[in-house]
Amino acid sequence: MSDGSMTIGAAVAPTGTTRRTLPAHGSRRTHAAYALVTPAAALMLVMLLGPLAGVIALSFTDYQLGAPQFAWIGLANYQDLFADKVFWTALRNTLAYVVIVVPGAVIAGLAIALLIQSGTSLRSLYRTIYFLPVMATLIAMAVVWEFMLHPQFGLVNGMLRGAGLPAFAWLQDRSTALYALCAIGIWQAVGFNMVLFLAGLVSIPKQLYEAAEIDGASSGWARFRLVTWPMLGPVTTFVVVISGIRSFQVFDTVHVLTKGGPSKSTEVLIHSMYTEGFEFFRSGYAAAITVVFLVFVLLLTLIKSRLADRGVHYT
Amino acid sequence: MAQIELSAIRKSFDGTDVLKGIDFRIADGEFISLVGPSGCGKSTLLRIIAGLEPQNSGEVHIDGRPVDGIRPSARNLAMVFQSYALYPHLSAFDNIAVPLRMRRLSAIERLPLLGALLPGRRAKERHIRADIEGIAEQLDITPLLRRKPGQLSGGQRQRVAVGRAMVREPLAFLFDEPLSNLDAKLRVHMRAELAELHRRLKATFVYVTHDQAEAMTMSSRIAVMMGGELIQAGTPAEIYNEPGDIRVAEFIGSPKINVLPGRIRKDGGVDVLGTTLKLTCNAAAGDCRIAVRPERIELGTGPFSGTVVHLENLGAEAFVHLAVEGTGSRLIARLADVRHLPAMASSVAFGFASDAVRMFDPAGKRIELRVEQAERVREPAHV
Ligand SMILES: Nc1ncnc2c1ncn2[C@@H]1O[C@H](COP(=O)(O)OP(=O)(O)OP(=O)(O)O)[C@@H](O)[C@H]1O
Ligand SMILES: [Mg+2]
Repeated sequence: MSDGSMTIGAAVAPTGTTRRTLPAHGSRRTHAAYALVTPAAALMLVMLLGPLAGVIALSFTDYQLGAPQFAWIGLANYQDLFADKVFWTALRNTLAYVVIVVPGAVIAGLAIALLIQSGTSLRSLYRTIYFLPVMATLIAMAVVWEFMLHPQFGLVNGMLRGAGLPAFAWLQDRSTALYALCAIGIWQAVGFNMVLFLAGLVSIPKQLYEAAEIDGASSGWARFRLVTWPMLGPVTTFVVVISGIRSFQVFDTVHVLTKGGPSKSTEVLIHSMYTEGFEFFRSGYAAAITVVFLVFVLLLTLIKSRLADRGVHYT
Repeated sequence: MAQIELSAIRKSFDGTDVLKGIDFRIADGEFISLVGPSGCGKSTLLRIIAGLEPQNSGEVHIDGRPVDGIRPSARNLAMVFQSYALYPHLSAFDNIAVPLRMRRLSAIERLPLLGALLPGRRAKERHIRADIEGIAEQLDITPLLRRKPGQLSGGQRQRVAVGRAMVREPLAFLFDEPLSNLDAKLRVHMRAELAELHRRLKATFVYVTHDQAEAMTMSSRIAVMMGGELIQAGTPAEIYNEPGDIRVAEFIGSPKINVLPGRIRKDGGVDVLGTTLKLTCNAAAGDCRIAVRPERIELGTGPFSGTVVHLENLGAEAFVHLAVEGTGSRLIARLADVRHLPAMASSVAFGFASDAVRMFDPAGKRIELRVEQAERVREPAHV
């Protein structure tokens, strides 16, 4: 306590005497600073950086889950990985999934948020309905989707047939399986994005819309371009990055519905990692896939922080 | 540029009447201040004129044309909001440009990339730039044009907001307490600038404020609103000197007008604090209220006496708070000469000229008075 008040005094008083005594205070100050940072730093080390370093280290070994010893094999895992056709398929599928799901989930989330916001009654009902998929476990929901997409008695094909359109074996067909998973991914992410956008919409001052109206923005589109879209900028960045990271992590629907098939058409990075690590017990190899995955996530995070820096004017 | 006519405007929110039938006519080029205590419905009335709020009944005519059902954007009025409502993501320049771009560019020309490729866009943008630079010159904000609102001070933001309103030469300007976020000094300065702006533009200004000093100093006419009704409209001098209602008398003027309980005798004479005033009226006998402005109270002579309970010396003038002996009444006198302040707790005699008296009935309505001739001799020279 006394230490704290003294350092504050030293920091505030701009006189020469305090400056001369500063070294003594300074060292005490750094000690105090380190002491204060320690808990957070320790937690970060144990919870984040430690496992991360572990995974990176593991990717340079031939460790197999449960094996008594392991050897350092350098970049051999990565060489195998980059030579493996399945890895490239998984990477391509993952990127395709991200490229479809992120815009889909962001645009649909924004559209639904705008509709709910502009509607007057039943707002909270709609909000709850769209948020349900977020709260439900995806495994349970995947079972429902399996029924919905069932080639013979699924609801989707039933509706297509009713409309006189051809039916598909959605999850069993190479050409449609990934897109079916994308649709489920969008369905699942929309609720979460919608809630974030709704929070963003609520925080836009109403007066800005009135000013826009007075300034001659008479159409809804003009007001959206002039006020809503720019004011949602920070939220949109956040939503895009979160959706991006979450779609990179896609695993549960793949695991439950397709197991990466048919013929690897829905193989994705995390599913490869799971198969290699927990079915073939090649932990070192799985660690290498994880590192590749982390690089992409890190990239997204960097982009986000760059964009966030540009958004200072919103404060 | 425009005359605005309000007839029988009524508005209620969730069953509570906020405006109770407003009839008012604003002449072309007038500077009208709408004043009144907080919550009396000034902003609501302004928003109804702008079209941002629909009225429950009644009509708004602008230049003789009914505008009910016409969108705010089509009414061609400009509004300056209390919080300025500048677009935070746009620079001052772009903020001022918004009304011009909205009106002069088509929806396709406004598109971010594609619009710039269209042939007419360049020339239009050049005109817009020239217009904005002219406005910025007038408002003295040229060096600030590239800044975002977040990087501007309150007064600078206010000027940008005025610039955004001015730039398209609207039919009328609507201001909703535009100075209330500024510090006292800046407010006085901006007051003068807005009045000057009005003289130059000769446009119709409707200015909402609860600061009666702003209303007194800037407007050609003041409209006083209370509890959803417009109770008096007139020039600042009229409102100040001839209030038609005790609420107007009490609202306008700082410090507040002194109100003393009085009594009208059967013969029309008026008694106040046990003294008969040298004036008569035609009203029925009964209770009444006597109001006298602090600057019309003369200390040192007069039939009344009071004890000094509080002194406020502002340097250029002083306010003496008196407790009238024998009654519970308090009143405030303004002393122009601060060198001769009475001592605290001392007893002073005071009086007031008969023509300084405004009399109101118990319901608050003004009662006309006749001053007896002999009294006029004591009338101070400056009136
Ligand atoms: N959207 C609204 N919904 C419900 N009541 C409202 C709404 N807008 C205003 N009111 C009510 O109407 C009354 C008048 O409001 P208004 O904003 O016109 O007051 P004002 O005279 O501008 O006051 P101030 O000087 O504080 O700005 C207030 O009692 C307010 O509570
Ligand atoms: Mg108001």
